[in-house]
Amino acid sequence: MQTKNKKTKFRYVWNFPGFGGWTAIFFGFLYIPIFILVCYSFNSSKFAMIWTGFSFRWYAKLFSNDDIQTATINSFIVAFAAAPLATIIATFSALALVRGGEFRFREFSSGLITLPLMVPEIVTAVATLIFFASLGINLGLINVIIAHTVFCIPFAFMPIKAALEAMDPNLELAARDLYSDKTSTFKTITLPLLTPGILSGFMLAFVISIDDFIITLMVAGGGATTLPVYIYSMVKMGVSPEVNAVSSLMLAFSIFIVTLYWFFNRKIKN
Amino acid sequence: MMEKKVNAIDVRNVTKIYTSGNTQTKALKSANLTIYDNEFFTLLGPSGCGKTTLLRLIAGFEDITEGSINLFNQEIVNLPPNKRPVNTVFQQYSLFPHLNVYENVAFGLRRLKKDASLVESRTFEVLELVQMKEYANRKPNQLSGGQQQRVALARALAPEPKVLLLDEPLSALDLKLRQAMRFELKTLQRETGITFVFVTHDQEEALTMSDRIAVINEGEIQQIGEPEQIYESPSNKFVANFIGEANLLSGVCKTPGENGVCELDTGHELNLFVPPHIKQNDKVTIFIRPERIKIEKSSKDKSQLSISEFTYLGNAATIQLKSNNQLINVNLPIEDLKVFKKDDYVDIHFPKESAQVID
Repeated sequence: MQTKNKKTKFRYVWNFPGFGGWTAIFFGFLYIPIFILVCYSFNSSKFAMIWTGFSFRWYAKLFSNDDIQTATINSFIVAFAAAPLATIIATFSALALVRGGEFRFREFSSGLITLPLMVPEIVTAVATLIFFASLGINLGLINVIIAHTVFCIPFAFMPIKAALEAMDPNLELAARDLYSDKTSTFKTITLPLLTPGILSGFMLAFVISIDDFIITLMVAGGGATTLPVYIYSMVKMGVSPEVNAVSSLMLAFSIFIVTLYWFFNRKIKN
Repeated sequence: MMEKKVNAIDVRNVTKIYTSGNTQTKALKSANLTIYDNEFFTLLGPSGCGKTTLLRLIAGFEDITEGSINLFNQEIVNLPPNKRPVNTVFQQYSLFPHLNVYENVAFGLRRLKKDASLVESRTFEVLELVQMKEYANRKPNQLSGGQQQRVALARALAPEPKVLLLDEPLSALDLKLRQAMRFELKTLQRETGITFVFVTHDQEEALTMSDRIAVINEGEIQQIGEPEQIYESPSNKFVANFIGEANLLSGVCKTPGENGVCELDTGHELNLFVPPHIKQNDKVTIFIRPERIKIEKSSKDKSQLSISEFTYLGNAATIQLKSNNQLINVNLPIEDLKVFKKDDYVDIHFPKESAQVID
């Protein structure tokens, strides 16, 4: 019995000494700052770090701040333009790469699409800035939309590709066998089955676009400021409770979108 | 059986080569066969032998490398799958997961642009045929494997195909269900009168259901014939071994010709038909089924054959006889179970027509 106990002692990771404590520290480090930020957004004091009482004062102030509203609207315009565009491009890429049969550079192309995930964002940001500057493209918000579309493609691509790879290719063959031509097979079988994947790709692209800071900072000119860029400019003048409030709202929105993303992702697996 | 047979499918010199990178795999090598209308035809062979490839070529899921396939005398090689009047039952059923049973079955009819009333009546008709009518509103993932199997069958039968292709449809079912479905499939084929082309690696399935069987190995058709023909007179060693149990005994030809004589290495002489290409003193292989061999008691000085293994099976026994380097399998009928035991010396004899010289 003695030897058996020794063998099984470390079979599960939670049998290691201090596992629970370390886990608590780890999650605390990740989430306590965010939790405190959200708490202080309801602080009635005008000093960010001194708690005086509960109030919605800063949220009310946000909604009367025209600059924040413009920046928020800009962020949504960019996300609602860039995320669908990225999703459409990602869908066609995934279809070509997964269902397009064998062709040259297939593996290579697949890698090339997801490569931007590994490239440091600042590199992409500077490169995008130089690209627009050297071509003299200066269309304000359109520049931001173009940049966001490009870097959102890999994020939209991954869940769509995964959904397509999980789909039994015999389903499409079965439809073709049952007198369905290529177009109607795509419409009646492939697309409906791929919809959860496409939606989750869209959600991911949307969140990434809404949250992006570095690339937007480089690309956005005057009048094209998005919310994260505006928050940064507010922080430069000191952390006010208003910043806490607007950050909390962004957090709530992101959580909502990510929840939707997981919901659709689970649907793919069933 | 005197009526004139109509050719449903003619496969002529069909070759299929898969190319991936620099490697080429010959899945089918110049295959020829004819499947008659209203026939239950089975393609039988081990996995990777090319039987599924042939089925997919008929369905149109693969491009043919060489050769031609005719369906009721019409060339179909260049038609896409949706223009071929054949339907397929897939190994994993491949039911559309987002559609209910009714919509799955009606799919083909809708694509053929049939009248709404006809779609409905025909869909319920085939659902009735496979006893799945009360499940019409279920989604595929709410059905058991056997039920999904029936829906897959109904879906493929609904558009009234000229030929139904079945790709190992029973392999995902458990044993009891599989045996019941064999019977049902055979009945269904007889009732509908549709030509069935059935792919399997299970020789028992093939023998029990088929009108005719094509045995395939390594991309080549080894033998085509009725189940009895394939079992009783296999055309080569592969067929003999793949279907049922077989003894392949080595010996020497003493007298060639129609009333030839061969001597087994065990010392037994056999009178049997020797094919013309075999000459005197050629080495030959003799094929005989274990259940054809009769044994009787002998003694050490008369016979070199002794029982080396005795396996009791309840309703019979299989025994293995050993002599020099040869092992002979024999099925012992129930009434002889008590007569013989291990290490007994025995003598064997068998009817002339049940032994055969084989390549």
